[in-house]
Amino acid sequence: MYKETLKKISENIYELPMINGMLVPGKIFFSEKLLENLEEDALKQIANVARLTGILNASIGLSDMHVGYGFPIGGVAVFDIDRGVISPGGVGYDINCSVRLLKTNLTEKDIEKVGRRELIHSIFRTIPSGVGGKSKLRLTKEDLNEVLKDGAQWAVKNGYGNKVDYLHTEDNGKLPHANPLDVSERAKQRGMSQLGSLGAGNHFLEIQRVEEIFDERVANVFGLKKGMITIMIHCGSRGLGHQVASDYIQLMGKEYGWPEFDRELVNAPIKSELGKKYLSAMACAANFAFANKQMITHWIREDLKRYFEKIKIDVVYDVCHNIAKFENHLIDGDNKEVLIMRKGATRSFGPGRKEIPEDYLKTGQPVIIPGSMGTSSYVLVGTENAEKLSFGSTAHGAGRVESRTSARKSITADEIKTQLEKRGIEIEAGSYKGIVEEAPEVYKDIDEVVKVSDKTGIGKLVAKLVPLAVMKG
Amino acid sequence: MKYKFLSHTADIKFQAFGNSLEEAFENSFEALKQVIVDKTKIKNKKTITIKVKGNDLKELLYNFLEETLFLLDAKDFIVGEIKNIKIDKDKFQLTGEVVVDMASDYKISNDVKAITYNDMEIVSPSKNGVSQTKYKNKFVIQVVLDV
Repeated sequence: MYKETLKKISENIYELPMINGMLVPGKIFFSEKLLENLEEDALKQIANVARLTGILNASIGLSDMHVGYGFPIGGVAVFDIDRGVISPGGVGYDINCSVRLLKTNLTEKDIEKVGRRELIHSIFRTIPSGVGGKSKLRLTKEDLNEVLKDGAQWAVKNGYGNKVDYLHTEDNGKLPHANPLDVSERAKQRGMSQLGSLGAGNHFLEIQRVEEIFDERVANVFGLKKGMITIMIHCGSRGLGHQVASDYIQLMGKEYGWPEFDRELVNAPIKSELGKKYLSAMACAANFAFANKQMITHWIREDLKRYFEKIKIDVVYDVCHNIAKFENHLIDGDNKEVLIMRKGATRSFGPGRKEIPEDYLKTGQPVIIPGSMGTSSYVLVGTENAEKLSFGSTAHGAGRVESRTSARKSITADEIKTQLEKRGIEIEAGSYKGIVEEAPEVYKDIDEVVKVSDKTGIGKLVAKLVPLAVMKG
Repeated sequence: MKYKFLSHTADIKFQAFGNSLEEAFENSFEALKQVIVDKTKIKNKKTITIKVKGNDLKELLYNFLEETLFLLDAKDFIVGEIKNIKIDKDKFQLTGEVVVDMASDYKISNDVKAITYNDMEIVSPSKNGVSQTKYKNKFVIQVVLDV
C-alpha cells in the first residue's frame, strides 16, 4: 500500500506522501532497478519514523534500505532539539557499527610472495573473532571506564597506534559527553572481555586491492592509488553496545510508554534526563567501538611487520554507520543545530565542514561503503549536495534482499567457497554457516547502491576496491 | 511441535508453543538455544537459578531470553536445559533452573546481538471462549532476534 503511493520527484529520488499521521513526508533514494526489491515493510518503517515527535523535513531512506528494528536500515532522520525525541531504534543494537579503511605501501606482488592464504590465516590467528571471541587483554573496571570516555584516543595513549589514526576517525575517535556511569554494570560485564575482538555476523576484515580510480584528484588526497593494497575493518561495540540499547529501550518504555505502532521506536525527549543519559551511554558504546578498531589496527600492523619489514599502514578514514549526533543542518532555509540519527547510513560531509579532518577539508570526507562478502567495496567522497538533499548522509553497504534461513536452504558453504576461490579470493571463517548467511547472493547489488549515491550526488565515486582475502567472524 | 522458524529478511524469527505460558517460555528458550548452538547437547556442568523481572509480559519475555546472551558474553556460559520455570503473572517475575557449561568448549553458530520487540507476540489460547490462535489451546510466543 505504501509502495503504490511513491511519487518520483527526480531521477532516483522518490517521495512517500504524508499518510496515517506522518508529520513529514518520506524521501527515498532508489533507482528503478532497486525499487523492484523494495520491501513494503521498510517503507512502513519510513512512515513510522515520520510520526515521531519533533521530526523535521523528511524521513529518509537511502539506496541500501531494508527492514530493520524501529528505523529501517539505511534510514536517516533529524529532530528539533527542543521538541524532538531520541530513540534507540534510530541507532540500532550495534551502536557505532563502523568501517575503517587502511592503506598500505604494498602491492599485490608483495602479497603473492607470501601468499594470501598465509596472510589471512595469520591475521585470523592474531585477532580474536567469532561469537564469544575473547580478547587477549585483561581490563580492569577502571580501564574500561577510560575506554568508554576516550575511545580510540585511549587506545593510542596506551600504545596502540598513533595520533594520525584517530585524527582520521569520525569525531577523532572520541564522542564527547560520554559518562561511563550511564552504562549499566551488565553492559560493562558483557563488554569487559570483548575489547579488541572482531565479533561475528556481518563483521569482517578484508585484504583488498584498489581496482579502479574514478576521481584522480580526490583519490590523491585520500592517498589511494590503483594497484595499492588496502585493508578494511568492519565491526562495532559488541555485547556492550547491544546491552546499552536493550537497557534504554526498557527504561524508556517504562518512563514514557510504548508507541502503539512499533515498540522498537520507543523514545524519550532529547532534553529529558533519560534522553541525555541514553545519548551519553550511546557515546560510551561508540567509543568502545572506536577503541576496538584502533586496537585491531595495531595488531594488524604488528602481524604484517613479521612478513614485510618496511610495511607502512595508515588510516584513510573511519566512519560510523549506526549513530546519533548533534549537527548543524539547513532546515527550511535556516542553519540550525539538530539531532540526527543515522541507522545504517554514512555521514557524507562536503568540503569545508568543521567536523572533517584537516587533510580532507578541501575535498570532503571519505565515505567508505563495504560490499558484501566477496564483492567490491567503494570509497566515495562527501558532498555539499548531500547536505542539501539527505542531511549529509549516504548509503552504508549492500543491504540484504534474502533471509538467512532461505540462504541456508539455497546455497552451501562449499559452493560459495569454491566460487570465491575461483575468483582468487581466500576466505577464513569461524563458521561455515556464517559464510552461507553472508553469501553475496543475499545482498543487494552494491554497484547499483553506490551508483544511486553518485548519480544523485549525495556521495561521489572515488575508488573501487576488490577483495583478495576475507576473514569472517 | 515445540517451536518453528519463520522467514525474515535480515534476521531470525521464531514461534514457540506451549500448553501453559511456562511451557511456551521454555520452548522459546529452546528455540533461542538452537539458534546459538544448533542442536548440540550441552553437558550439565552446573545448574544456576535465574530470576528475571519485567513491567509487563513482553518485557519479562525479553529479559528472560536476554539472560542467555548475558551469560554468554559476561560469564562465558552456554545454556543447556531449563527446568522448573515459574512465572508470577501479576508481578511479571520469573524463576527457573538452567544447566550451563563453559562456552569455550562449544561451537557457536550464531551471534545473537539482541532480543527485539519487533513483531513480538504472546498470545493466550482463548479469550471469552474464542480461540486467539490457529493453534488450538496453545500459548504462542513470537520473537525476532537481531543477528
